[in-house]
Amino acid sequence: MSQADFTPTISEATRPYWEATKARRLVLQRCVACTRYVHHPREACPRCLGQDFDWVESMGRGSIHAMSVHHRPFEAMSLEDCPYIVAFIDLDEGVRFLANVVDTDDRSVTRGDAVVLTWKPVANGYNLPAFKPAPR
Amino acid sequence: MSGQKTLRGAAAIVGIAESVSSTGELELWGRALEAKVIKEALDDAGLTLADVDGVAHAWSSLDLAEFLGISPVFTEATYTGGSGYELYVEKAAAAIAVGLAETIVVVYAATPRSDRKRGTGGWVETPGPRDDFEVPYGLGLMGSYALAADRHMTTYGTTSEELAAVAVNTRAWASLNPDAKLRSPLTVDDVMSSPVFCSPLHLLDCCLVTDGAGAIVITSAERAKALRKAPVYVLGAASCHSHNMIHAMPDLTLTPGSISGPRAFRAAGISVDEVDLLMGYDSFTITALLHLEDLGFFKKGEAAGFVAEGGTAPGGALPMNTNGGGLSYTHPGMYGIFLLTEAVRQLRGEAGARQLQKADVAVAHGSGQFLSAMSTVVLGTEAVL
Repeated sequence: MSQADFTPTISEATRPYWEATKARRLVLQRCVACTRYVHHPREACPRCLGQDFDWVESMGRGSIHAMSVHHRPFEAMSLEDCPYIVAFIDLDEGVRFLANVVDTDDRSVTRGDAVVLTWKPVANGYNLPAFKPAPR
Repeated sequence: MSGQKTLRGAAAIVGIAESVSSTGELELWGRALEAKVIKEALDDAGLTLADVDGVAHAWSSLDLAEFLGISPVFTEATYTGGSGYELYVEKAAAAIAVGLAETIVVVYAATPRSDRKRGTGGWVETPGPRDDFEVPYGLGLMGSYALAADRHMTTYGTTSEELAAVAVNTRAWASLNPDAKLRSPLTVDDVMSSPVFCSPLHLLDCCLVTDGAGAIVITSAERAKALRKAPVYVLGAASCHSHNMIHAMPDLTLTPGSISGPRAFRAAGISVDEVDLLMGYDSFTITALLHLEDLGFFKKGEAAGFVAEGGTAPGGALPMNTNGGGLSYTHPGMYGIFLLTEAVRQLRGEAGARQLQKADVAVAHGSGQFLSAMSTVVLGTEAVL
């Protein structure tokens, strides 16, 4: 398997998120009742159990909270993908988001760096959100 | 917690057995291996299967009891990963304390190293949000712990050399254990020059993959007194889980051991200064470092220096993982039972070349999944009852 073969498991709760990726839009679930963002998308708000959600498009900006350069492939990745970077991104919306950091030499990016949204195509027309260093 | 009921001293571990080999491989597997360690643990206690009225097993206590041909009145198969065995001791002690059952067997056997050669076995994860929000990005177990280590470095200035010292100290204990998989002396430089699979973790920051099995017999304090070996009492126990996948961990540098640890110590009436031995699950070097902080032995960010100075090594102020740990002794996947067996050996004075001079209070702290589920068991000899 390689990352390009990945296709998401679609449920009622996650369909809007994944459908939006086909148009390269990152949408975040926001609880109507308590107005908090919820990520990953799910059936009910983990704070108030509300089940009505808005989908708000992310600005696609954030900074690296923690990162790991992988020199061996795990899960969906294959050897040709190595080295690759897995990182937690603190989005400006206040959501912690896991993704790959791409379009960079693995030695020139570090914790705290500003990053912006980009996309990696995967199977069936979906795209995976990824991040790259913000233009200086 | 005023007016709380207590399980302190109500139950004791009276039988233990392990099957571990210095080659990392065992001939038996599956039920045959489980039956072997159950028999040996019952023999160790001076009990038989006819005495057993409770079972705990991570996958199916029903299948286990059916296989053993017994009809237990206590059954436990909660899956929390590698901390399950500490959780089972907590629940078993509580059940015994209120009279739900009297003699409970906990068993674990896994042979990933031999399975790989035989082309059998393999780990199947339960489907969940990890499949869509971690797996596609190439994040697995090692990477999850690497992210926690990276954040700890950012927040507290922890260095790779300090993490390496966890492995170095643990190896020094392993060199005293003839059954340990890795026994040759290790230096910080050795760890630092081992390959990096997921930065900042080096290969020697990671636990082994070996075959292994263990069993524990726990019974009432009353019955324990009449048995073959000196009882090792359960003084206190507590559990907490804060997430499953690392993506949902509220703070990458703070584990739910910060809840389970203090609760277990409070229940036991023991302070951290009284602990003679910490058996803290070391799936990775960062895992053990987090336990030292979160259980209350050190303030956040202050354990690394202690470890770097050899504080957890033989002769150090806080012996940790005297069997050689998951890093150097054995790690079949869910290592938690070996924390308990080693703690019992030390408290009985049966630990051979690595026996601690003073061993009256030991803590077995299990850590399951992705720093997700923590269970802390405080054990003690009759001297501290």
